[in-house]
Amino acid sequence: MSTVTKADPASPAGSASPLHQRRPLGDRGFQIVALAAGLLVLVILVLITVTTAQQSTTWFAGGFKDIFQVSFDGNTHFGAMGVLYGTVISSVIGIIIGVPVSVGIALLLTQVVPARWARPFVYVMDLLAVVPSVVWGLWGIIVLVPWLQKIYLDIASGLKGIPVLDSLFSGPNVTGASFFTAGLILAIMITPIITSLSREVIATVPAIDKEGAYALGATRWEMIRGAVWPHSQGGVVGAILIGFGRAMGETIAVALVIGDSVEVTPHLFYSGHSIAAIIALQFGEATGGEFRSALIGLGLFLFVLTILVNLVARWFVERSARRARGA
Amino acid sequence: MEEQQDQLNVQQDQEVLPKLAVMDTAPRDKFSGTAIFDVSNTSIFYGSFRAVTDVSLTVHEHEITAFIGPSGCGKTTVLRSLNRMNDLIAGARVEGDIRYRGVPLYSKDVSPIAVRRRIGMVFQKANPFPKSIYDNIAYGPRINGIRNKGRLDEIVERSLKQAALWDEVKDRLNKSGLGLSGGQAQRLCIARTLAVEPDVVLMDEPCSALDPIATGRIEDLMHEIKTRYTIVIVTHNMQQATRVSDRTAFYSVLRDEKSDTRTGVLVEYGSTAQIFGDPQDSRTQAYVTGRMG
Amino acid sequence: MMTAASDSPARPVDLRQPSGWRRSKDQIMTTLMWAAFVIVLIPLGFVLVTLVAKGAAAISWQFLTNSTIPPNVVPLGTGGMGAAVVGTLEVTGFASLIAIPLGVLGAVYLNEYGGNRILAQLISFMSNVMTGVPSIVMGLFIFIIWVTHFGYSGLAGSFALACLMLPIVIRSSYEMLLLVPDSLREGSYALGASKARVTVTVVLPAALSGIVSGALLAIARAAGETAPVLFTMLTVEQTNTNLFSGPNTTLPFQIFMNAQSAYTGANARAWGAALTLVAITFILMIVARIITALFTRNAR
Repeated sequence: MSTVTKADPASPAGSASPLHQRRPLGDRGFQIVALAAGLLVLVILVLITVTTAQQSTTWFAGGFKDIFQVSFDGNTHFGAMGVLYGTVISSVIGIIIGVPVSVGIALLLTQVVPARWARPFVYVMDLLAVVPSVVWGLWGIIVLVPWLQKIYLDIASGLKGIPVLDSLFSGPNVTGASFFTAGLILAIMITPIITSLSREVIATVPAIDKEGAYALGATRWEMIRGAVWPHSQGGVVGAILIGFGRAMGETIAVALVIGDSVEVTPHLFYSGHSIAAIIALQFGEATGGEFRSALIGLGLFLFVLTILVNLVARWFVERSARRARGA
Repeated sequence: MEEQQDQLNVQQDQEVLPKLAVMDTAPRDKFSGTAIFDVSNTSIFYGSFRAVTDVSLTVHEHEITAFIGPSGCGKTTVLRSLNRMNDLIAGARVEGDIRYRGVPLYSKDVSPIAVRRRIGMVFQKANPFPKSIYDNIAYGPRINGIRNKGRLDEIVERSLKQAALWDEVKDRLNKSGLGLSGGQAQRLCIARTLAVEPDVVLMDEPCSALDPIATGRIEDLMHEIKTRYTIVIVTHNMQQATRVSDRTAFYSVLRDEKSDTRTGVLVEYGSTAQIFGDPQDSRTQAYVTGRMG
Repeated sequence: MMTAASDSPARPVDLRQPSGWRRSKDQIMTTLMWAAFVIVLIPLGFVLVTLVAKGAAAISWQFLTNSTIPPNVVPLGTGGMGAAVVGTLEVTGFASLIAIPLGVLGAVYLNEYGGNRILAQLISFMSNVMTGVPSIVMGLFIFIIWVTHFGYSGLAGSFALACLMLPIVIRSSYEMLLLVPDSLREGSYALGASKARVTVTVVLPAALSGIVSGALLAIARAAGETAPVLFTMLTVEQTNTNLFSGPNTTLPFQIFMNAQSAYTGANARAWGAALTLVAITFILMIVARIITALFTRNAR
């Protein structure tokens, strides 16, 4: 084999570039573009805060007394309390109903169903997740609400007169489109995300810990309580908080089934409203200065609220993930 | 075809042995040939950890130089510093002087990209790209501006032949590079490295994940290509070092009892025949005899 | 004192199941877990069945393509949702064009350049947080900065949807880039490639299938969103093929409006539009799953 003589060892065939060379221009440019794209996230979040705050000064100028009232009628009253109540109550109901189901499914898929058979279950959860909010709302208002109304009325007449339950589930204005129905639909909608995040968290429990519990003669449930739960409780709490944040921000489905009246009442089967729903339903009619400013202010309020809930939630989830990696 | 290959292997084995014998009777104690790498008093740090201390050696053109030693002795660290791959590790730092053909490798105006064009590397575990075999080989030339299909075809064929892989894959060049066996994949990576016609090929334990037959093929390969390239190989297999290398550098771990730190040091460097046949340092002797005994 | 086992008095080794109470508790809990899954199947099945039953009745070629959306009071049969279908495709398509490249680049920054730097950690954390921002806030945002200056248009809707998609694409692309083994990057560096080239020629192609399927899911999500559309596009009764000027409409928007109407015609159209929307979303999801399944097997 002949020795190939290279013309100049310092510059091999196919390239004329000397050993000394500045970093190619395209390399630097690419880095800058990538950085800019990443920064966009922060920029958008800051802009949202600034622009909505700017537009809601009229509302804030009305003073705390104005903001902290219950009533919101688009005319003279622009209180946030009524809609805030609706947001919180419907989300809480959603959590109460949705969490046991979500965590139950998460445990089912990680501890009970063998890994090979888990895929069809995951597909079902994906299907649940992919149904758009507006379709849940459509089904909710056309099918669920009339059906639930009958049930609510039955419950209401049955519980009439019983002390605490009476004020929760009874009363003259019981109707299908209510806080509870909204809570129910929210429960369905937040189940996929809580399940998926909980599954991720629970899957990081080391097999050794589980085997240790079994080796002591534990039943599966006892193993879950003793080995799985202590490891994953932080992460699952984070998942639940993320679901809570999602429920508070859910707009369209809630707007269609919560009824359309702003009030603070313990009657769960009464109509209510939520922050997101009222913005969605009334923005089109809000041409006046303070009306529009109030709705944007409510939007800012919702934004800050969901960011805070998500910050706390992510902190929980990441702390649990960090512990799992370090363990 | 297998039989022919085996015969070839046997032939070459017989060639290697006499070669060592020649070196035995005419020991070279004066380094000759062009200096490719000049390492002087170099220490390499990862953050505050001193991985290797005060290494000095010279690598010569068209020779195969082996770095041997126990784990943790820094031989891979030194190898990777020769083509500035350590730059990719945060906190890595080189103190001392490393020159490539007289040019200081770590001077500020030297581009690591240009360095790696000339000093290629084959890794311990074969890492073919998830592309076709053809595209794997053509990758290097393409990023250096060669677009002409005819030229690329030529380069791919030449590189695969040099890597002794051509006959096995010539009919499936457009199949994925991931579908090859371990030994084939490693030869693919070697072909890929040769495709850019580097000056030097660095090899980091290239055969440690391969069976003896695949290992033998790659060692034959190394002998064939050393007339055109300079090779530095890190290996933990001393028989391999004796089979392929002209010179051997033995590294070891130095333990500082007071501060309980460890660092790698170059213990002895000389012709392979001398290192294995007549080691000057007692540590070298202990290492080479311990394994071969 | 040791006696051989066979000498000791007959006391049978008890290998029965744990005591009744412990066992039943375990069984009850397992049953509850299965029940949870079944509970979730009920509304899902219910919705899908209703959707198909009521929606199929409304869908026809005319329904999908006719470019005039009739007023609510008009019964099913005249006009169709063509305007909304075109609007959905336009608006979601353009939003994807903006959000997907930017999202992938953002993920590239986080994974390849950002490392452990504080800025990168901040961006990563806030991207996660941003996925939880209600979509209605995005709509308000774009209304304030764009619509008040440039009027309603499909473009504004695209911007709002892009804001929604961006963190989702960043997150899913980031996960995919993380999975690309470092040995591939090293192999490329060792051949003298610059960082940008390593990323574009080796890392991105290796992660491509995962990135594509993540992008498809983000598109499916955006296509189904109503709230960002509410304040940015107004609505139209005729197909508007110009994305950049004039109000527009989408399927979710039409469903939302028609759902609130008391007229049967409007409701029927709502079901038809809903079925169309779910079909589109469903197809995107299936394609995403197929891509993941196909290409992860190929990589082996």
